[in-house]
Amino acid sequence: MMSVIVLTLILFIGSYFAGLLGSLTGLGGGFVIIPLLTLVLHVDIHYAIGASLVSVIATSSGSAAAYVKEGITNIRLGMFLEIATTAGAMVGALIAVYIPTNFIAILFGIILITSAIMSLRKKAELINQEKSPLAEKLKLNSSFPTPNGPVNYSVKNVGGGFFMMGFAGVISGLLGIGSGALKVLAMDTIMRIPFKVSTTTSNFMIGVTAAASAVVYLQRGYIDPGLSMPVAIGVLLGALSGSKILVHTNSSGWLRWVFAVVVSFLAVQMIYNGFIGKI
Amino acid sequence: MNKQPMSQKTFRDTDMQAVIGWILRLGVLLSMSIIFIGGVIYLYRHGQVIADSHTFKGVPDFVHNTRGILNGIITFRGRAIIQAGIILLIATPIIRVIFSAIGFILEKDYLYIGITLLVLLIITASMLSGHAG
Repeated sequence: MMSVIVLTLILFIGSYFAGLLGSLTGLGGGFVIIPLLTLVLHVDIHYAIGASLVSVIATSSGSAAAYVKEGITNIRLGMFLEIATTAGAMVGALIAVYIPTNFIAILFGIILITSAIMSLRKKAELINQEKSPLAEKLKLNSSFPTPNGPVNYSVKNVGGGFFMMGFAGVISGLLGIGSGALKVLAMDTIMRIPFKVSTTTSNFMIGVTAAASAVVYLQRGYIDPGLSMPVAIGVLLGALSGSKILVHTNSSGWLRWVFAVVVSFLAVQMIYNGFIGKI
Repeated sequence: MNKQPMSQKTFRDTDMQAVIGWILRLGVLLSMSIIFIGGVIYLYRHGQVIADSHTFKGVPDFVHNTRGILNGIITFRGRAIIQAGIILLIATPIIRVIFSAIGFILEKDYLYIGITLLVLLIITASMLSGHAG
């Protein structure tokens, strides 16, 4: 038995470190928050998803504000792909009610491992110059500022990227995470967008994607203010500290490995508990 | 990003970026302050209560519907104030989309006015379907 104030303090400290790790690795805070709430604190998974969604909106909006001003974010590309992510998020949130919670836990574990592996792979930066008629028509080709002046890039495979974004939206709505790794995958690997642009544009889209499913969760009573309060504040402060650290240290290589190990452990726990029906 | 001569356009993409950045910052700052204030009141009044969130049973009425939340704010209930802050936080990216639509209208970019309105339509549909379920 735990009093509200003790639970709030534990949640706040845990969320702070989740936000810190999420920001340093680029995976987002939700990946630690949901296992922490469900496995460690035995909070019902529906409340965990609701609280995580709120923290996702806070961190995404907070950091997007800074990136947008730097002019790296491709607002048209984000806007266009948000059609897919918001539609997906709505579907995800609506079907979440009909899916058994242990299946959600197993799916969460699988997505968690996949994202951790993807965050470890080497990123080869190449600027695509190949013109696609659809990208041209949608005005998706743009440029981003570098110390050596603006660099122009073109967007490939618009249809494939759009489809993948829809899937990222469903996962985000179903599991209450930003699914930034899936969004970056869609933009990096499929649409051949420069890494700096894909990460900032993905971050820009995460907020509105999460909001599209949060409106469903809010009305279903999944967003508990008592739990969401320390989680949202903790994750946001953690993410802010993370971005400060990132400015000072360039080598986050070892940190990614530490996080990958932690995340894999959490993922296996989620899958195991899902299978034995404890979640 | 912008190939047209500067004198031709009064409202440009860089202006939109500045406005969007400003809205997001303000929305997060304001909603998180409200959540924090509500949290302090909630902990002051209910800090010693035994926490129970092991089983899902939704949320109480005073943090669920608009009238309940408004009533809760007037009567100074911490969780109602937190919930109002959370709703403002959820609204922040949606307000950002609305301002993008205004930006595209000022730029006379009809294709993107359509795309932005479609996103808003999807969010509205999501809001209504959540209510029905």
